[in-house]
Amino acid sequence: MPDFVTNMIDASVAWWLALPGVVQYLGTTLFKILIVTVAVILCVAFSTYFERKVIGSMQARVGPNRVGPWGLLQPFADVFKLLFKEVIVPSQSSKFIFIIAPLLSLTPALAAWAVIPMNNWFVIADINAGLLYVLALTSVGVYGVILAGWATNSKYALLGAMRSAAQIVAYEIAMGFALVGVLMAAGSLNIGEIVTAQAGGFSQWFLWPLLPLFVVYWIAGVAETNRAPFDVAEGESEIVAGFHVEYSGVAFALFFLAEYANMILISTLTAVFFLGGWASPLEGLAIFEPYHDLTAIGWFFGGGFPWLFIKMAFFMYVFFWLRATFPRYRYDQIMRLGWKVFIPVTIVWIAVEGAMAWFHFGPWSNLGA
Amino acid sequence: MMLHSILFYVFAAIMFGAALGVILSRNPVHSVMFLVFTFFNAAILWLLAEAEFLAIVLVLVYVGAVMVLFLFVVMMLDVNVEAARRGLTRYAPLGIALALVMAIELINVIWLRSQGQDAITEFAVTPEGYSNTKALGSVLYTEHVYAFEIAAVILLLAIIAAITLTMRKRPGLKVQNIAKQVAVKAKDRVRVVKMDAEKRQ
Repeated sequence: MPDFVTNMIDASVAWWLALPGVVQYLGTTLFKILIVTVAVILCVAFSTYFERKVIGSMQARVGPNRVGPWGLLQPFADVFKLLFKEVIVPSQSSKFIFIIAPLLSLTPALAAWAVIPMNNWFVIADINAGLLYVLALTSVGVYGVILAGWATNSKYALLGAMRSAAQIVAYEIAMGFALVGVLMAAGSLNIGEIVTAQAGGFSQWFLWPLLPLFVVYWIAGVAETNRAPFDVAEGESEIVAGFHVEYSGVAFALFFLAEYANMILISTLTAVFFLGGWASPLEGLAIFEPYHDLTAIGWFFGGGFPWLFIKMAFFMYVFFWLRATFPRYRYDQIMRLGWKVFIPVTIVWIAVEGAMAWFHFGPWSNLGA
Repeated sequence: MMLHSILFYVFAAIMFGAALGVILSRNPVHSVMFLVFTFFNAAILWLLAEAEFLAIVLVLVYVGAVMVLFLFVVMMLDVNVEAARRGLTRYAPLGIALALVMAIELINVIWLRSQGQDAITEFAVTPEGYSNTKALGSVLYTEHVYAFEIAAVILLLAIIAAITLTMRKRPGLKVQNIAKQVAVKAKDRVRVVKMDAEKRQ
């Protein structure tokens, strides 16, 4: 390396270390936020491609294959098309709320990533009540939809918003109860500790002792993100496009981004709460312990970000699989499923968990010791 | 800490402004949104006091659930703003009197607390590794378990009472019997009839 380059690196390192602690902390945190946000947005871009390819293959079609090799640049073509379109604000709408509604639905979807651990050291904010924080932010996301529907001042948009609001409120309760089960098993609200509580290979994952809660959480997650078969908020055949019927250009792109960011979030959270997050399913095989210094073997048997990504991608695939498989739920059936099936199931299973904890069974086996 | 005080006053000022917005804005939906904003700022003030459990639960329960239902109702109602305006001057004395009583109580409590000890100008700093979720739970489920359970029962009663008061059964409503639909077999729906071929005419 030439001298002046090493000098420059040394000088910038010295300059960085000379800064006050607060500035260093702010700088690293901002950098982490930037990494996570850009990664999430890139994931959103490619999950649209992934979705169209998956559904295409399920319906015996090719899917996008024109822009770039195998159509890989299709998401960027879509983004540029949306960016250059005009944002039309309806003349009878409530202008300010109409404009901020997409932001209100995107912000919580991105902010929730702050507490999610990517591996055993990378997390933006390692807070005590991480699980509650995630629950609070996902519940705030509904404002974007309701306000968009109301501000548009259109029958279809208002109907979509009403359906979505009732649905999200109904499924949030089941989702919260499912998470109560998770925190009972982990004994902590910190998401990093929830992951480490599942250490020791796939037999230790909360998927097994909390199987009904896993199913409830996943289906409620699909309903929360307004995805098929719970997409009555958009319901093309009934109410055109639901709450975003009058949105165009960037404003629509933000709703789109929020929906996919929420899907990725729900996939990641399901992986974290029930499938051990970044932990490897093969963890605990002692014969490979000496080779953990090798990067590839280290993450394969010891866990790391690639495992979290694989689990997240699997659940994204399930999202698309559901969309290609099921017809849309009727509205009263959605309500029945949420209130009369999921909530009783979660309450019963929390009682079962209480019994399991009392008898030191499963994740609670070392409770009394 | 200097930064803490600045943040406290900034968020307190925003919260005050948002609270004014709740009662002064003409549109009921805007009022609800101002109230949501007020709750957010209250949550931030609690975070500054290191009460993260209360702060997040405030957002979860009030912003995420209660205010969504409020918004739901307000959007459905056709609120007559003019009539509400007329009421404002009529009920103003009562409102001012209530506010005064609240203010006197608050001042009294704060003043009584600060008697006999050094004035507290900062939030108490919690020790490392202290989880106020755990602290709250260990008090709520041991010392105050009766009060807690009674509150839960009262809430349950309120839910049941509200439902029984407002539920009306409409006659002639067509409802599916889900158990029957699930239990249905192919032979209940399809009848295979064996018959000889008709003669050619």
